[in-house]
Amino acid sequence: MAAFPWHSRNRNYKAEFASCRLEAVPLEFGDYHPLKPIMVTESKTKKVSRKGSTSSTSSSSSSSVVDPLSSVLDGTDPLSMFAASADPATLAAAMDNSRKKRDRDDNSIVGSDFEPWASKRGEILARYTTTEKLSINLFMGSEKGKAGTATSAMSEKVRTRLEELDDFEEGSQKELLNLTQQDYVNRIEELNQSLKDAWASDQKVKALKIVIQCSKLLSDTSVIQFYPSKFVLITDILDTFGKLVYERIFSMCVDNRSVLPDHFSPENVNDTAKETCLNWFFKIASIRELIPRFYVEASILKCNKFLSKTGISECLPRLTCMVRGIGDPLVSVYARAYLCRVGMEVAPHLKESLNKNFFDFLLTFKQIHGDTVQNQLVLQGVELPSYLPLYSPAMDWVFQCVSYHAPEALLTEMMERCKKLGNNALLLNSVMSAFRAEFIAARSMDFIGMIKECDESGFPKHLLFRSLGLNLALADPPESDRLQILNEAWKVITKLKNPQDYINCAEVWVEYTCKHFTKREVNTILADVIKHMTPDRAFEDSYPQLQSIIKKVIAHFHDFSVLFSVEKFLPFLDMFQKESVRVEVCKCIMEVFIKHQQEPTKDPVILNALLHVCKTMHDSVNALTLEDEKRMLAYLINGFIKMVSFGRDFEQQLSFYVEARSMFCNLEPVLVQLIHSVNRLAMETRKVMKGNHSRKTAAFVRACVAYCFITIPSLAGIFTRLNLYLHSGQVALANQCLSQADAFFKAAISLVPEVPKMINIDGKMRPSESFLLEFLCNFFSTLLIVPDHPEHGVLFLVRELLNVIQDYTWEENSDEKIRIYTCVLHLLSAMSQETYLYHVDKVDSNDSLYGGDSKFLAENNKLCETVMAQILEHLKTLAKDEALKRQSSLGLSFFNSILAHGDLRNNRLNQLSVNLWHLAQRHGCVDTRTMVKTLEYIKKQSKQPDMGHLTELALRLPLQTRT
Amino acid sequence: MGTTLDIKIKRANKVYHAGEMLSGVVVISGKDSVQHQGLSLTVEGTVNLQLSAKSVGVFEAFYNSVKYTLRCDMRRSLLAKDLTKTCEFIVHSTPQKGKWTPSPVDFTITPDTLQNVKERALLPKFLIRGHLNSTSCVITQPLTGELVVESSEAAIKSIELQLVRVETCGCAEGYARDATEIQNIQIADGDVCRGLSIPIYMVFPRLFTCPTLETTNFKVEFEVNIVVLLHPDHLITENFPLKLCRM
Repeated sequence: MAAFPWHSRNRNYKAEFASCRLEAVPLEFGDYHPLKPIMVTESKTKKVSRKGSTSSTSSSSSSSVVDPLSSVLDGTDPLSMFAASADPATLAAAMDNSRKKRDRDDNSIVGSDFEPWASKRGEILARYTTTEKLSINLFMGSEKGKAGTATSAMSEKVRTRLEELDDFEEGSQKELLNLTQQDYVNRIEELNQSLKDAWASDQKVKALKIVIQCSKLLSDTSVIQFYPSKFVLITDILDTFGKLVYERIFSMCVDNRSVLPDHFSPENVNDTAKETCLNWFFKIASIRELIPRFYVEASILKCNKFLSKTGISECLPRLTCMVRGIGDPLVSVYARAYLCRVGMEVAPHLKESLNKNFFDFLLTFKQIHGDTVQNQLVLQGVELPSYLPLYSPAMDWVFQCVSYHAPEALLTEMMERCKKLGNNALLLNSVMSAFRAEFIAARSMDFIGMIKECDESGFPKHLLFRSLGLNLALADPPESDRLQILNEAWKVITKLKNPQDYINCAEVWVEYTCKHFTKREVNTILADVIKHMTPDRAFEDSYPQLQSIIKKVIAHFHDFSVLFSVEKFLPFLDMFQKESVRVEVCKCIMEVFIKHQQEPTKDPVILNALLHVCKTMHDSVNALTLEDEKRMLAYLINGFIKMVSFGRDFEQQLSFYVEARSMFCNLEPVLVQLIHSVNRLAMETRKVMKGNHSRKTAAFVRACVAYCFITIPSLAGIFTRLNLYLHSGQVALANQCLSQADAFFKAAISLVPEVPKMINIDGKMRPSESFLLEFLCNFFSTLLIVPDHPEHGVLFLVRELLNVIQDYTWEENSDEKIRIYTCVLHLLSAMSQETYLYHVDKVDSNDSLYGGDSKFLAENNKLCETVMAQILEHLKTLAKDEALKRQSSLGLSFFNSILAHGDLRNNRLNQLSVNLWHLAQRHGCVDTRTMVKTLEYIKKQSKQPDMGHLTELALRLPLQTRT
Repeated sequence: MGTTLDIKIKRANKVYHAGEMLSGVVVISGKDSVQHQGLSLTVEGTVNLQLSAKSVGVFEAFYNSVKYTLRCDMRRSLLAKDLTKTCEFIVHSTPQKGKWTPSPVDFTITPDTLQNVKERALLPKFLIRGHLNSTSCVITQPLTGELVVESSEAAIKSIELQLVRVETCGCAEGYARDATEIQNIQIADGDVCRGLSIPIYMVFPRLFTCPTLETTNFKVEFEVNIVVLLHPDHLITENFPLKLCRM
């Protein structure tokens, strides 16, 4: 086939631009505008008036457009409703705020400011552990004999398991000895499960038996250190049971017609449900032993609602009195805690019982030091300082329930009563843990006095100071006392010998210090911590606390120049010697820096310190580091780099980037950021010089360009490199560094053959062609304005790129190469214009270099012919059945290219376009609507000046009728 | 499943008094039509006297042996079995008329107040005070009171309430007396706090108690024992006769 010659259409870019631009229409205030923020007004009208369209004709519409999304939701959307409902994580945060409100709203319902039991559970389980062996003694008491016959075929394991089940099934005494703590927990969980199973299979009596046996375990105080955790585990079972019974009876009240409302009254409960409920209470009332009877009845306290209105208010005081029968003070205080827990849940308004529990507890407080308890401790080999803290969870809970929304007078009375009792450290601690922080903070000096008077042998004092510190972190003491409080407290804390005790206390008090004092005091405290934690490398066991100290300090010192002027801050960081912890701490610091640093900085103290911090993070990267982790580190380091600015001292800035490059060479995103920063620096310089570089700035800009040029090859990502070459080339061009720009573009061209067919994007392998196409199109746009090198031939960069494209191994059955050729055709057409579409300031592009020289145009046209020949060749190969669709669309696209860029007055080109039109329609693969639109466009264009010849063309382009 | 018969008594608690109407429905459920030759209801009241295994000539408890059942029979043709369903119900004696007056009782237990002590000198010293709100009790109301361990040399193991039913059967030859523990409720577990009152509270078990009954030939009476267990092995019991009634 003879090669078609190419004739570019002459373009008048200015006129085209003017004709394309939309007519500007002055906009009245209140008119509809698509970009105006939507005003959501709650109007119930269904009429949505949105007359306005994108057309340039005047558009008027009502200013209150009903947002269809919000109108559906009727003001409340499910997300915010969800957020408003309680969730434990937000509760803690909400607590400080709501605490203040507490005094005013004295409604009886437990609000979100009440820290729920669920949040205490985990803490207790984690804290009260044991390595001693435990035992479970279960007696399922039944007269029937064992009914277990296991087939011999079963494996030993299955058989023993079945036998265990049988044992549960019917009465036998089962004593499980020598259980580790984990075994014990598992067993209890099994019991919980078998309770549910028994209930589900309608074995109510068995369920009750399990619950009774479980609560019986609470009277056993052997391995006393574990008791608090045991309480947690077993009361979980009781809660399950209580819920099951309540739901069962509730479901009996539901007949076919109606469901009982949540706040029902006993009259609405039918007789059968009442009788069943009564039966439960009778059964429980006949439980022989006190402790199980108490716990099981307490667990179904809520069921009293079915029987009478006053049921709960009669039951609670009785159960409260019943606890007095429990001799062991530890068992008894936990029983009270359970009762308060159930009480708060079922009837929070019955405060009297809560108070009675508290005062009854005080009455029995002396028992802790009685002979019975002391003998038991000797027997178990437990010291008093480790015994007394076992009371704390239960006491804290009781105290918390009582003090919740309690009037000031009651709190004062409670405190006075506690004061009167001998060795009240334990009480004092619970008062501080449970009462509202404001109450404690206001009396801080009193508390310090009381703590000092406490007997040293009993409850550990550091725990008391810790509790006080926790309150002071939440609420502020009177201004005048603040320094004295710190001095008094720290005097004691600093004397603590055991590093663990010390750090637990110090960690809490750092918050108070940071909140109210200057860097001087904080420095003193940090120095003290270093002094205590360094001997014997005690810090190794306390990383979490040390980390928490750092977090508190940086949370309060947002100004990093102040922070780093705290002398002991960096030495403090040196204590984090385990790398993972060290990196964690560094990350925290950088996060805070990025969040709070508003202004770019050049403060040498900050720079030095943070470079050190970033270096630590960077150096932690190794072959095993996860991608996510690397990304996170790079993000943090980049955040830092972006915040460094030496103002007009560009040289200094560049040398900082040089230093940063040598420090962070293992993190690719950081290098990318550095290249961008340096490019920005070059453009900044250009801006300052208003485009006219002096000898000095020209040299500086070349230095910047050189920086980029030598940095890019060290990157791994191929498209990162390509794009950076292009980008840096553009910057070089803008700064009149022509030969450097050429070097960048040549480098990019020589890199193209290396682009693999598949690339890894976010862990998935994807074909790279579409990315390559995108890059090349971008590249062509730049090549338009790159002037030819005097020593190389005409359009040498384009030619080189074409060679590379030609040699690149393209995906089979892909048209990308042809799409690229089409783009090249566009580029060449643009290049043959007299004046180019755009220019770089102070750079003469080929249009002014050649000035429309005919030799240049001839070269250009020759290139076009070659490219066209390639395109037509490819179209021919697509004449096979499976490729017809591609042929049609590619043909149409080529047609469009000729229409846009070619001079159709040329007969051969004109003929070619007609042929292409037919080709596109030939096999019926084309979208008729597109063809109609195209034809309409041609007709429209023909009305433009100098385009009359298109009228004739339009006549030669028939539309295929649908068959 | 073939045809089934069920009796549903109107009252959920199945408790009736003399002179009252026992009403309800018999539910016959089956897939197909049911042919039968009559449906009959029978009420039976039985006293099942059993000879005691322990002592010759003595009957076991009277109380448990009284039983009322309602029986429903469906007679059917030769080919199908007759169907029967029984349902137990409870008859309470008519509540007594007149006003119930509480009869409170105070008590003090010390080593000196005890009887049946072998070696009084070996007993540890203790002082337990308390009161029962009433020894004459309404059967549906719990037994209540208070107890204070004022002092005790020995540690306390447990304090329990023991409900005992005493049945006496007499005739010309003499009488037989049989005491049975019917409920034991622990009210204190372990060495309780001195000087702090502990509640006495016991619900009368529905199936094992009835109003105190006294006829010429036999009596059913109730007593409560307050049982205190001291370390290492002392058992102290204080006995209170009760009078139960239904109001």
